[in-house]
Amino acid sequence: MKKEEVPVLETKNLGISFGGLKAVNDVNMQIYPGELIGLIGPNGAGKTTIFNLITGIYKPTEGSYFLCGKRMNGLSTHQVVAEGIARTFQNIRLFKKMSVLDNVRVAFNKNMKTTLAGSILRTPFFWKEEEETTKKAMELLRLFHLEGFANENAENLPYGKQRLLEIARALATDMKILLLDEPAAGMNPVETAELKDSIRMLREEFKIPILLIEHDMSLVMSICERIYVLNFGEILASGTPEEIASNKDVIEAYLGKEDELEGGETSAEG
Amino acid sequence: MPAKMKKNYLICIIGVVIGYLLLSLVFDTGILGTRSAYFNGLAVIGMFYTIVVCSLNLLTGYMGEFSLGHAGFMSIGAYASAIVTTLIGQKVELSGIVIYLIAILVGGIAAGIIGFLVGIPALRLSGDYLCIVTVAVAEIVRVVLSNVGIPAITGAATFGKSFSGIAKVSDYHYVYITMVVCIFIMYCYIRSRYGRALIAIREDRIAAESSGINVTRTKVLTFTISAFFAGVGGAVYAHYITTLVPTYFNFSKSSEFLAIVILGGSGSMTGSIVASPILAALPQMISYVVPAFASYRMLIYAVILVIVMIFKPSGLFGTREFSLPKLLERISGSRKKADAR
Repeated sequence: MKKEEVPVLETKNLGISFGGLKAVNDVNMQIYPGELIGLIGPNGAGKTTIFNLITGIYKPTEGSYFLCGKRMNGLSTHQVVAEGIARTFQNIRLFKKMSVLDNVRVAFNKNMKTTLAGSILRTPFFWKEEEETTKKAMELLRLFHLEGFANENAENLPYGKQRLLEIARALATDMKILLLDEPAAGMNPVETAELKDSIRMLREEFKIPILLIEHDMSLVMSICERIYVLNFGEILASGTPEEIASNKDVIEAYLGKEDELEGGETSAEG
Repeated sequence: MPAKMKKNYLICIIGVVIGYLLLSLVFDTGILGTRSAYFNGLAVIGMFYTIVVCSLNLLTGYMGEFSLGHAGFMSIGAYASAIVTTLIGQKVELSGIVIYLIAILVGGIAAGIIGFLVGIPALRLSGDYLCIVTVAVAEIVRVVLSNVGIPAITGAATFGKSFSGIAKVSDYHYVYITMVVCIFIMYCYIRSRYGRALIAIREDRIAAESSGINVTRTKVLTFTISAFFAGVGGAVYAHYITTLVPTYFNFSKSSEFLAIVILGGSGSMTGSIVASPILAALPQMISYVVPAFASYRMLIYAVILVIVMIFKPSGLFGTREFSLPKLLERISGSRKKADAR
């Protein structure tokens, strides 16, 4: 780990309570430039809640989080995106009735400069910027082999491609860190392999850090450099995939206690 | 500008000019004889309906929010413009076109400001709740207009609550050009980064926000623009009809606009442009021929609406747009094919 560097994303004692329920509590994470970090945990552990906290959908009730050293608490979602955090969603959220190309072009919006008057008067700058945006969007689509679907409505894409389009859209926001929420959920093995290639390509092409929520253990174990394990809203363990795989607490959280299992067996025998 | 767009714009401009010449042909040459004035009026009604309905379509079709208070914004435009032109008219003598231009600008801006002020708090809501707020706003406007002695401000003759003596400057030449310009501006708005953001919000608000779109700002901006054009429509109406009655801008007027948007296809400017003149002028034409029809007008609206909802729930045009250049391309394309054979 490169401790001397400023982490791209850092959470300090981050937490949120819904009424009396502490959904996320005292979460400390650091993600350094170029890292691919996995965030795993049983269902309901609070993984997506952490994403929602980081992207400003929920406001943290405790602690704070920083992007490249800048405190981000209290910013609204679009401001968070403007600062450079992009995400995808667990249940795909595409602009279904818009073309694949437009889905990506929308995300370029925050960096476009044409004014309202310029758009209405159709100034030369408007056309230039539209053209540039289209070109950049097509490049992104090409990276994910989606260029052939550019004029198709997003809802008509096959499931795996929709996932990739969502990643392409997130990349278009020109981010510093990418949060992927269960990108492999519901994918068949071929699509998962395709996704794995895409993530590898992303890291080589963009050199951005990625925080990945995933249930597909083989995917997480094979591509992540470090893993945080979340249980009941708290960090249970962190470390390299090997460390996690042999961590007693983690195994316990996923499979239950060893003596419980034994107890079950003895009673079955009895 | 890409060369292809240049060509398309040129074709559209030619189309608009042809439309203008056709109108002139019908009304200026007096083909219709004694009925000319009547049909002239119908054309103006059809055109200001088109402006208002298109502005409502911006909200309903592209932003995905229903407004049942567009008659309210229209009335603000109508009254504001009428007051200003009447006051100006008392002091100086101006030519019709100048008065007309002042009227539509004042009407649009007044409605736009109110739309902006209403939009800031109201657009935190969405769906049914926003719809109720728009109804409330329109009702407030109507009640205020009914009770505040507006004609007294201008010192004009008062007959009950009506505001009469407004300059009749909404000539169909001007109104046609106004309509084309309004539609063009709204079209450009939709086909720009602002419009893309708007449609993205309609499709998925959370995803739009997570793609860096300032949802509140985009919504307020659109609401303001929509109110602006409703105000322009109101100004055109005021300076055509010359007498304003607050009860004209009631709830059923608002729902009539919404019904036209839905019939034409919400999310299709073409749908609004085709549906509004027909639905605005046709009932009047029929009741001109068959006077008994007048009282059944709303009934027939309802029946048409039900039929369309059953057979084509997305409206006549859905979200498709008619494009003159594309049509010409298709015609010339098929001709080329025929030549090749």
